[in-house]
Amino acid sequence: MIHEHELKKSQTRHLQLGLSNDDVIQMYEVMVKARKFDERANVLQRAGKIPFHVSGIGQECAQAAAAFALRPGLDLFFPYYRDYAFVLAVGMTVKDLMLQLFAKAEDPNSGGRQMAGHFGYKKLNIFSGSSPVTTQVPHAVGAAYAARLRKEESVAFVTFGEGSSNQGDFHEGCNFAGVHKLPVILMCENNRYAISVPEHQQVAGRVVDRAIGYGFPGVRVDGNDPFEVYAAVKQARERGLAGEGPTLIEAMMYRLMPHSTSDNDLLYRTKEEVEEHRAKDGIPKMRQYLTEQGLWNDEREAALLESVDREIREATEYAEKAPYPAPEDTLLYVYGDSEDAQGGESAWR
Amino acid sequence: MSETKTIDGIPGVAVTVPHLAESLVSATVGKWLVSPGDYVKQYDVICELITEKVTTEMPSPVEGVVTHLLVKEGTEAAVGEPLCIIAGQAELAEAGKAKAPADGQAAEVPAIKGGGAMRNRYSPAVQALAAEHGIRLDEARIEGTGFEGRITRKDVLAYIESGGAKANLEPKRAAAETVTAPETQEAEVPVRSTGLHLSDEPRIPKIEVEGGDREYFIDVTPIRSTIARNMRQSVAEIPHAWTMIEVDVTNLVNLRNKVKNEFYQREGVNLTYLAFLLKAVVGAIKDYPIMNSVWAVDKIIVKRDINLSLAVGTEDSVFTPVIKQADRKNIAGLAREIDELAKKTRAGKLTMSDMSGGTFTVNNTGAFGSILSQPIINYPQAANLTFESIVKRPVVIKDMIGVRSMVNLCLSLDHRILDGVICGRFLQRVKENLESFDESTNLY
Amino acid sequence: MALMKYLEAIRSAMHEEMGRDDRVFVLGEDVGKGGVLNATKGMRDVYGPERVLDTPLAESAIAGVAIGAAMHGMRPIAEIQFADFIFPATNQIISEAAKIRYRSNNDWSCPIVIRAPYGATGGGALYHSQCPESVFFGTPGLKIVAPSTAYDAKGLMLAAIRDPDPVLYFEHKKCYLGVSGEVPDGDYIVPIGKADVKREGKDITVITYGMTVHYALAAAEQLEEEEGISSHVLDLRTLQPLDKEAILAAAKKTGKVLIIHEDNKTGGIGAEVSAIIAEEMLYDLDAPIMRLCGPDVPAVGTSPTTEKFFLPSTDKVKQAMRSLALY
Repeated sequence: MIHEHELKKSQTRHLQLGLSNDDVIQMYEVMVKARKFDERANVLQRAGKIPFHVSGIGQECAQAAAAFALRPGLDLFFPYYRDYAFVLAVGMTVKDLMLQLFAKAEDPNSGGRQMAGHFGYKKLNIFSGSSPVTTQVPHAVGAAYAARLRKEESVAFVTFGEGSSNQGDFHEGCNFAGVHKLPVILMCENNRYAISVPEHQQVAGRVVDRAIGYGFPGVRVDGNDPFEVYAAVKQARERGLAGEGPTLIEAMMYRLMPHSTSDNDLLYRTKEEVEEHRAKDGIPKMRQYLTEQGLWNDEREAALLESVDREIREATEYAEKAPYPAPEDTLLYVYGDSEDAQGGESAWR
Repeated sequence: MSETKTIDGIPGVAVTVPHLAESLVSATVGKWLVSPGDYVKQYDVICELITEKVTTEMPSPVEGVVTHLLVKEGTEAAVGEPLCIIAGQAELAEAGKAKAPADGQAAEVPAIKGGGAMRNRYSPAVQALAAEHGIRLDEARIEGTGFEGRITRKDVLAYIESGGAKANLEPKRAAAETVTAPETQEAEVPVRSTGLHLSDEPRIPKIEVEGGDREYFIDVTPIRSTIARNMRQSVAEIPHAWTMIEVDVTNLVNLRNKVKNEFYQREGVNLTYLAFLLKAVVGAIKDYPIMNSVWAVDKIIVKRDINLSLAVGTEDSVFTPVIKQADRKNIAGLAREIDELAKKTRAGKLTMSDMSGGTFTVNNTGAFGSILSQPIINYPQAANLTFESIVKRPVVIKDMIGVRSMVNLCLSLDHRILDGVICGRFLQRVKENLESFDESTNLY
Repeated sequence: MALMKYLEAIRSAMHEEMGRDDRVFVLGEDVGKGGVLNATKGMRDVYGPERVLDTPLAESAIAGVAIGAAMHGMRPIAEIQFADFIFPATNQIISEAAKIRYRSNNDWSCPIVIRAPYGATGGGALYHSQCPESVFFGTPGLKIVAPSTAYDAKGLMLAAIRDPDPVLYFEHKKCYLGVSGEVPDGDYIVPIGKADVKREGKDITVITYGMTVHYALAAAEQLEEEEGISSHVLDLRTLQPLDKEAILAAAKKTGKVLIIHEDNKTGGIGAEVSAIIAEEMLYDLDAPIMRLCGPDVPAVGTSPTTEKFFLPSTDKVKQAMRSLALY
């Protein structure tokens, strides 16, 4: 277990952890891209252009860091609905995300069927997610079991909020993974609120302590410190591949936006509290670190913002113009074995 | 306090003024919302009641038919006083029964074996079978072996087997085989004198009479319902377009007049214009096979067999028996088959097989005297052709006026598959074929 | 051909398919030792504990883990010990398994089989006798089968394992040891979605599934011999998707339909079958559609008198068939 204080003392934390300069720059770029996308999505919703958005602002650092500690193309990913930074880091594009927001036919996640944040992309090993929370935990456990049977060197990485960690599926999944020592990394993104219910009313004890109950280690990290998260996920991955079983990581962060575009968060928290946490936002801190390392400057920042802005603009335009799915496509893919995979006949009347 | 009481001598219950509130002793009828003869469900509003405290709507405490209104609008009635009479089905039936002999109408129906409460309850299968075979269930002497005397499907089948169905049919053949047209062309008799249409006046089945004297109801028989459904589907799904052409059939008329008697003597069936038309149509379809197709969304299925559906009117409905592989028959063969199908239709003996497999419909609308029709396509075919009345008309030939026998052919087409050009050509070919029939044509 | 019990037929299907296809594995409570009803007896000895996996006591996890494994290329057969205990897994079955293909626009799929022993054997009481098929019925995306014979049991199990979609496989506990039949030696399947006429007849049509198929057949035999009543018996075999064509053909044959199931009447499969018949062939009906089903009470009690009242039997079925024939 890497000790937190050692890391903080070191000047070149990223190199010590095995991250190259390029890695750490890319990590930052992904965080910024996710942040800008997320901000734009909120604007689009308020402007009436998309029906709904669920934001992940404030959680980008932990997600990007975790992604860099995993192997896209090999590991199995079970993100939850705020994980824009994560999915962007493992290969999804802003265009893909915009297509999903606008519910267009070309949306790779679901062809315009699912809401924002409900990811699924087989080529990228992003397993299809749903709205009933925490169902993805047993799925991750099952996929890890399958990977073992298939003798693959992969781990299953699954995220969820602290509210979701109270569902039965979390406990059943952890226990199953613990009994069979499966290579599963469970990362709880503790953003302090489950819609309007604050942590102290949501979780008895601490999420991280539950791991011991299921026979495996739990580690709490600062979600706004990408290096802490990176180290924890990397170590968890090594454990998993070595057959030592699951790890629970509780990444502490803060949900800077309301639960969704339908939530009025001033009903349950103060503006001051939000601002207090905004001051702890990891993205400016990361920029500072990069600058101190001599890897970043104002020019590069401006260039990045410009290119991200362009990418988002183009993606938005593309998605706006893209066609919706045909109405009759509603009937497709209920089952897999008929030609156009219809369930029943042309009208399940 | 009950909301109803019975009055001697009047079947049903009297609905009384309810005790709407503590202190009230009476109410005024503001407005009646039902009339005698209306059927009300329990809790349907029957009238408006006005009291010192409140104006309220009064729900009926019972289900039944309103027979009498006892209190006029604007009149006050005491709590407990009868407002109106509502009679339930059972009570009305009693009353009805009691009345019958008085009206002196009831024909004494001899008890049929198995007579019981279910004797007159006809299941859908029984009704459908009866309609198909022209059986009047209320008249036919069918033994009901089912529960409480019910006539079962098997009973009807047995009845049909035993030949009961035939006996029921009235020999209602109007002058189908009629007058021989005189040799001379200026005959008074209309040129079209035969046809598949039977009686002069189609009889519409009247089964119920009710609803006052300004309207009456006709029951929808299963066959009518089927026709309605098919027409609906055709109109809803197929974009119809329509076109027409005139044909000079003077030579055909002459030919037919010349050979028809001999033909009848030899073959025993009439030689109708329809037979020639079918031959002409078949030839044209062979040249334009797309007329014989079905729209299947991502493909058009062109049928190789030419099975012609003929619209045949009977007393109460239209059937479309099919002449299978009509292209393999000569004119005489077609005439024979037309006659056979017509006979079968009249006798109600058409089978499912007789009516299925049609790929193109021909309709002899001229038999009704029509000169222009817009037929509805027989789903899922692509077109429907009518043969109108043959009418003598003055026409211009080589800049001179002559009197010719002219007939209109009207075509409804599925505009997804067919359009003006192909249909125009098709009709031209039919016209050519028809106009080519003359005294040298061989019927065999 | 070999004569085997219904239970053996199911086991042999799993056993054989595991031998043919490495992706197939079984998971559930106590499956290692053979299962509490012996459905997986002897399989761990051949395939090892990783492919005949004992799970912790957690139905949602059993289903969820199976789903995750299926999404990552395996063909799991999850066993729920008694169908009465399937309900903790309902969220995983209905919200997840049924919708994975549809919600991902055909990118992901979920080829799992969930086996659940259902139906009363006698003495099982409220929580070892239920018929929960109607809870999942009508959820698009799921396939549901309920064989009645050894032949159908094996054929449907092989078909279910090979099916690209989630299949709920309901096995009637009373059929396990009470029903035997000839089963072919080689590979074969019974296609999902096809009903089977188990007896041809002319007077009435009986549509049913599971153990009541056998009551209907016994009653039909007696009615024919004793009273000359000829019954046409259709075994649904697949509950979802229902074989509409077969249902309508069987109903049309006689115009008189009796639907039987052990599951309670209201909202049961019989209601849908009845609606289909009324919707599509009203004019061929010679009698109102009848249903003979379990009463609308939560489940069957343990004492013999109430059990007898609740459960179907050859006699009850025979009575209903006779009244329909005489209608």
